[in-house]
Amino acid sequence: MLHFSRWKIIATILTCLAGVLFTLPNFFAKETVQSWPWWVPHQQLNLGLDLRGGAHLLLSMETEDVRKDWLETLRDDARNRLRNVKIATSGLGIANRAVQIRLAKPEDADAAMKELRGMVQPIGSALIGTSSNDIDIQRGEGGVITITPTEPGLQQRISNAVGAAIETVRRRVDAMGTAEANIVRQGTSRILVQVPGLQDTSELKKLLGETARLSFHEVHASMTAEEARQTRVPAGYRIYESGASDEGAQLLRETPVVRGDELVDAQPAFDQQTNEPIISFRFNNSGARKFGSFTRANVGRPFAIVLDDKVISAPVIRDQILGGSGQISGSFSVETANKLAIQLRSGALPAKLTIVEERTVGPSLGADSIEAGKLAGIIGGVATIVLTVLAYGTFGIFACVGLIVHGLLTVALMTIMGSALTLPGIAGLVLGIAMAVDANVLIYERIREELRAGKTAIAAIDAGFTRAFITIADSQLTTLACAAVMFWLGSGPIRGFAVTLTIGICTSIFASVTVVRLLISFWLRSETKTRRAIEVPV
Amino acid sequence: MRLLPNFKGHDFFPHDLRLPFMRYKGVALAASFVAMALSLLLFFTMGFNYGVDFKGGSMVEVQSTTGPADVAQLRDKLGRLGLGAVQIQQFGAPSDVLIRIEQQPGPESAQQAALAKVVEALGNTYVQRRVEVVGPAVSSELRMTGIIAVMVGLLAISAYVWFRFEWQFAVGVVLSLAHDVLLVAGIFSLFHLEFDLSIVAALLTILGYSVNDSVVVSDRIRENLRKYKRMDLDELLNTSINETLSRTILTGVTAIVVLISLYIFGGEVIRNFNLAMLLGVLIGTYSSIFIAAPLLGYLGVKREWGGGPAVKPAKAGAAGKPQGAANVALK
Repeated sequence: MLHFSRWKIIATILTCLAGVLFTLPNFFAKETVQSWPWWVPHQQLNLGLDLRGGAHLLLSMETEDVRKDWLETLRDDARNRLRNVKIATSGLGIANRAVQIRLAKPEDADAAMKELRGMVQPIGSALIGTSSNDIDIQRGEGGVITITPTEPGLQQRISNAVGAAIETVRRRVDAMGTAEANIVRQGTSRILVQVPGLQDTSELKKLLGETARLSFHEVHASMTAEEARQTRVPAGYRIYESGASDEGAQLLRETPVVRGDELVDAQPAFDQQTNEPIISFRFNNSGARKFGSFTRANVGRPFAIVLDDKVISAPVIRDQILGGSGQISGSFSVETANKLAIQLRSGALPAKLTIVEERTVGPSLGADSIEAGKLAGIIGGVATIVLTVLAYGTFGIFACVGLIVHGLLTVALMTIMGSALTLPGIAGLVLGIAMAVDANVLIYERIREELRAGKTAIAAIDAGFTRAFITIADSQLTTLACAAVMFWLGSGPIRGFAVTLTIGICTSIFASVTVVRLLISFWLRSETKTRRAIEVPV
Repeated sequence: MRLLPNFKGHDFFPHDLRLPFMRYKGVALAASFVAMALSLLLFFTMGFNYGVDFKGGSMVEVQSTTGPADVAQLRDKLGRLGLGAVQIQQFGAPSDVLIRIEQQPGPESAQQAALAKVVEALGNTYVQRRVEVVGPAVSSELRMTGIIAVMVGLLAISAYVWFRFEWQFAVGVVLSLAHDVLLVAGIFSLFHLEFDLSIVAALLTILGYSVNDSVVVSDRIRENLRKYKRMDLDELLNTSINETLSRTILTGVTAIVVLISLYIFGGEVIRNFNLAMLLGVLIGTYSSIFIAAPLLGYLGVKREWGGGPAVKPAKAGAAGKPQGAANVALK
């Protein structure tokens, strides 16, 4: 156990040197490190949000919104399909989370079912092979047909919507000019947004708080919203409330002329006459064509611009709008115009996102925590070293060298892996020191025991390492099991802690066993040269 | 050539001392079970002072920009917002204040609305140092995963111990771990200390530390079971505890010293976390001596420890051949 082959000695020393090299950048300021030659590692320890400051927002998608949206699409689709094959309906609407269709003539049911079945999409899952359908079409009595979204279909919709929302959120966060934001999906319907360094989250929350779905609608030719409210809303129309105070509610055709997803650009600007903040926008080709033909047919009549189901303005079309660019005025302030332009540019969110968790740490608190952690670490470390040297003399010093190697390697590995150091992570690091000492305590106590049993120095040292190693491996592996559970189930700070603990356990076996063993074998070699009888200084 | 001057360490421990731990196993076990029962009783009667993570609601740590914070004035100002119970306490330095707002009824967005009101009421004489808002959905999930994490941690450890030792060891270890976790949680409940996500991390680490301790003792018991085939089990357990006692105490003292330093200097934010760890190390050290090993005395253990069919320790004279036992252990 005490014999080391040459390559092993070299490998051990090289590992220690690599530890020093990769830990080095953490002791210097970022600017200093940047000016180092290329062959020196530049990477610094990645600090968690709780240490460097920043915002952590967990957003949840309103799944009911997704369902409602899908039902509306299904309804429009069904209506178009039936109209194309000239099947008349006496009712077509959404009720009980399903699309209900009542045919004018029940004998059309077969033809209608045949046509509507074309809407069914299989849900692809190449892995499992068995697939189900996204919607379920049922035929009832008297020419009633119901189209119900299935649960797997809805899950797939939500999953797609979250995917699209992540892209939109990223564009909006990027528009704020904050670099290195981390935006990831969590679970099925959640999105985690982490923005390091951001302290005031109010702007971010405002940006993410609205879906920003813009659409352009035709206004009902003869009926006002008031009249519709008192009598009956005509089929295909809907009353939209007003977003601005000076506009009244409007009766609009539900299917929009053009949607916001056909916008290619939106910029805040100022109206040249009134100097009010406005948003100028541009459609893509197909949007421009639709808008052009709509305005040509409706010159002299109003149309409505709707944002998130609220009318923001209802101007009168003065002339055909060609080229696909236009502007929206709607009593904006500079700030809201700016925000809306970002939202429109980045595209609409497929459904509303609600903040279900927020954790923000200011940079001053983070810096305080780092200082406190450093102080506690230094004091804890010094206390450990004093205790170890007192208890084990020269061998205690070897153990301390092992401890320092342990600390360096842990930090080096964390730096290389890019795993973030969190506040509980610092505690994990410091506790790791205590756990690393345990390995040496086990070895040295065993050596003492073997010596008391009357073994010679070399035999006792050898037996100490050999026998203690099984115990060390057992105890470290069980701790590893705990860390794995923390990583698997934990979130945020707990995960950071688990990673730190795991790295600490792995390095402690190398540092406290291999490095210390190497030092002792060096010591033994020099002892045998100078003396006849070796006395173990533990 | 000398690298270092040789100097001998001080062996603090009186090794010829044989403390009769097993004589008190009944008393210790009874006391531990009573303590566990009391802890459980506390969970159901007093409950926990859950932090924002588990209870939902908001927590804002602010720092006054104009010297010491006026807690009374803040209490008055924020109390009038109609947000239910608003807790305000000084946190560390006199200029730092921690504001807790209970979970607001209504949808998830109600929490954010409450936070916005508080921020507005605070005005610009306070800077926000930390904001935590947890909605009802997330808090109940965190509570669930917290419980699951501790349970799974226990199971993972017991599976490992069972695999490496005998089932009797696993039972002893699991009971002593459950004891540690219950007692630490019980103390948090008794003193109404805030219980949040970081405490769950602390409990999991306590599991790791305490199992470390128990495994060291169990390892020695296993070794002695091979070494002394005819020794009375209680005596053997007692010998094993005593033989590892110096290590148990030295490691414990080191861990405690480090944790005390973390507790005092590590900052306000992780103070409770460090307290939990400190308690855990103390209780864990006790439990591996007084619970894990004595339980083996009650459960009994298979004496003909073969270490698997591949390795057959020499039957003749095995008691006098510790060297042979070590070779078995090496496999």
